[in-house]
Amino acid sequence: MSGVRTSLPSRAQFEERLFGVLRRVVIAFLALITLLPFCYMLLLSVKPIDALLLNPGQLWVSAEDFTLSTYEEVLKPTSEGGQGFVHMLANSALVSLGAVVLTLLAAIPGAYAVSRLNFFGNRQVSVLFLAVYLFPATLLAVPLFVMFAKMGLQGSLVGLAIVYIAQTVPVSIYMMKNYFVTIPYSIEEAAALDGCTRLQTVRKVVLPLAAPSLMATGLYVFMIAWNEFLFALLFLAAQPEKWTVSLGLQQLANGVEVSKTVLMAGSVVLTIPVVGLFFAAERLLTEGLTSGADKS
Amino acid sequence: MSTTSPTPSSAAPASADSVGATGSGRKGRGPGSRRPDRRPLTGAARENRAGLAFVTPTFLVVLVVVVLPILWTVLLAFQRARLVDIQSMGLFGNWSLHNFTGILTSPGFWTSLWTTLLYTVGSTAGSVVLGLVAALALRRPFRGRGLLRGSMLLPYVAPVVAAAFVWQIALSPQFGIVNEWGGKLLGWDDPVAFLSTRSYEVSLLGLHFDVPLALLTVIAFETWRYFPFAFLFLLARLQAVPDVLEEAATVDGATPTQRFRHVLLPQLMPVIALLCVLRFIMTFNKFDDIYLLTGGGSGTDVVAVRVYDFLTARFDVGAAAAQALVLAVVLMALLGVYFKFFAKKVEEEA
Repeated sequence: MSGVRTSLPSRAQFEERLFGVLRRVVIAFLALITLLPFCYMLLLSVKPIDALLLNPGQLWVSAEDFTLSTYEEVLKPTSEGGQGFVHMLANSALVSLGAVVLTLLAAIPGAYAVSRLNFFGNRQVSVLFLAVYLFPATLLAVPLFVMFAKMGLQGSLVGLAIVYIAQTVPVSIYMMKNYFVTIPYSIEEAAALDGCTRLQTVRKVVLPLAAPSLMATGLYVFMIAWNEFLFALLFLAAQPEKWTVSLGLQQLANGVEVSKTVLMAGSVVLTIPVVGLFFAAERLLTEGLTSGADKS
Repeated sequence: MSTTSPTPSSAAPASADSVGATGSGRKGRGPGSRRPDRRPLTGAARENRAGLAFVTPTFLVVLVVVVLPILWTVLLAFQRARLVDIQSMGLFGNWSLHNFTGILTSPGFWTSLWTTLLYTVGSTAGSVVLGLVAALALRRPFRGRGLLRGSMLLPYVAPVVAAAFVWQIALSPQFGIVNEWGGKLLGWDDPVAFLSTRSYEVSLLGLHFDVPLALLTVIAFETWRYFPFAFLFLLARLQAVPDVLEEAATVDGATPTQRFRHVLLPQLMPVIALLCVLRFIMTFNKFDDIYLLTGGGSGTDVVAVRVYDFLTARFDVGAAAAQALVLAVVLMALLGVYFKFFAKKVEEEA
């Protein structure tokens, strides 16, 4: 083969073959590192602790070892000797949904204005919205901690949802802005000619058209809020009945003797809602997040 | 700004009002309008008003939940504030540089800042490089690509608490799968305590040197958790590169490495630069990953964890605020250097 076309440098052939093999190796490696930890989590959650200690390297669970008592312990309310994760799931859902609603309400007008309207200070405001990212969560944590302590909101789930706005508004504005600019301006002009005020145009024309972007943004906010840990720890640690799942799980790990398999069952309970939601809307989400990236 | 933006308390109705200007401006031309001595607003002026009206609610929210707290942090950093005193303390008063002198002279802070820098650079480089490799590998279709693409996002989507505990258990010296298999397959003599070993002696080719094992482990965790983020952006950009570019290069006899270096990389460079900046900012302030994995022990004491310790263990709000502030200033300085000297270069190369 190689003798037929001597003009083709053998280096190219060699590289083609090398990268062909490397590509498979990389793909296998990626599948391994992304899937294995989660399979391991699932596996340990249905094992009794003795089986784990006896044979830590085992990658399967035998039929006689299989148990769901770990889940039972995690989900049962604290009054019945469990860990009360059902209640925490409700708390997490409440905070996350609250954060979604509040963030969208706060971010939509700004995203629309920045993407559509030419007003005095537009650029400065856009920069400010993105600059929020520069400020570390730790910088916000100190005053918010003190402020909430002063206002007596410490330990309130609503307060936590409000704090999450700070974490989610910049990325929300960015995502929605990228979508708003793709909506043809002529549609808005048509609405204005038909006698819509600006507010009506936004409500009845722009927002319905931007529904996919709003969904994606909302989902992303939900994920951030559901997974958040630092602020939950700062605000809620003293009140077990207000714990979110993330916080509850961490406190469980810190607390009195809890077996590792129960901890893994808790991790599965924490992970499943957000991962399930993500896969249900994967396309929407990845496109919403990266829609600006290929335009750079 | 102050003339047109409504007051905070009346933000919602006011915005609806001035938005209506679009409609009333047209009516204003006729006689008997509200302000007969004024010329009707031009289109630009109306748009200006509408823009300000729309941006005001968002601006106020950002002001209240982000800007004001940060300004307060700055104030707190210059006061001797402990949590118990806060209730009685005024906003101003008792200015001192006590917090800063205390922090800047304590040796713990400087090692912690250095650790933060190592951690950030390592994790940023790691996640962007792994993301790039993944994007290149998954660029062309193959069976099961969609599935793998989805599963690759798992580490990024999964809650940090759950991910950290899985790593903790998998790396545990007593019952972790990594040590078990390392002993069986790779012949490790003793189990390795990945998350609690400050420095681990490695001998390679007769040379002995110490590696900061716990720090490397948290860098690996951070790389693992955030490479999907880089992967997503890079894959989107890669798929927007026109095929003809590469085909032309192939016809001209360019090898795969040459095609990557001279065709793809220049196209990807702006996204790579953006990703590096984003990841750098995020990781520099990262708290939860390290707190959950090591608690800040064994040479992984980053500044964010120190701030938390000062706040919750010592209740020293002033010192915590000062450290967070110094961290932010260092970050700004680093970004300033980047944008002044390097951002242009990346743009030119692209």
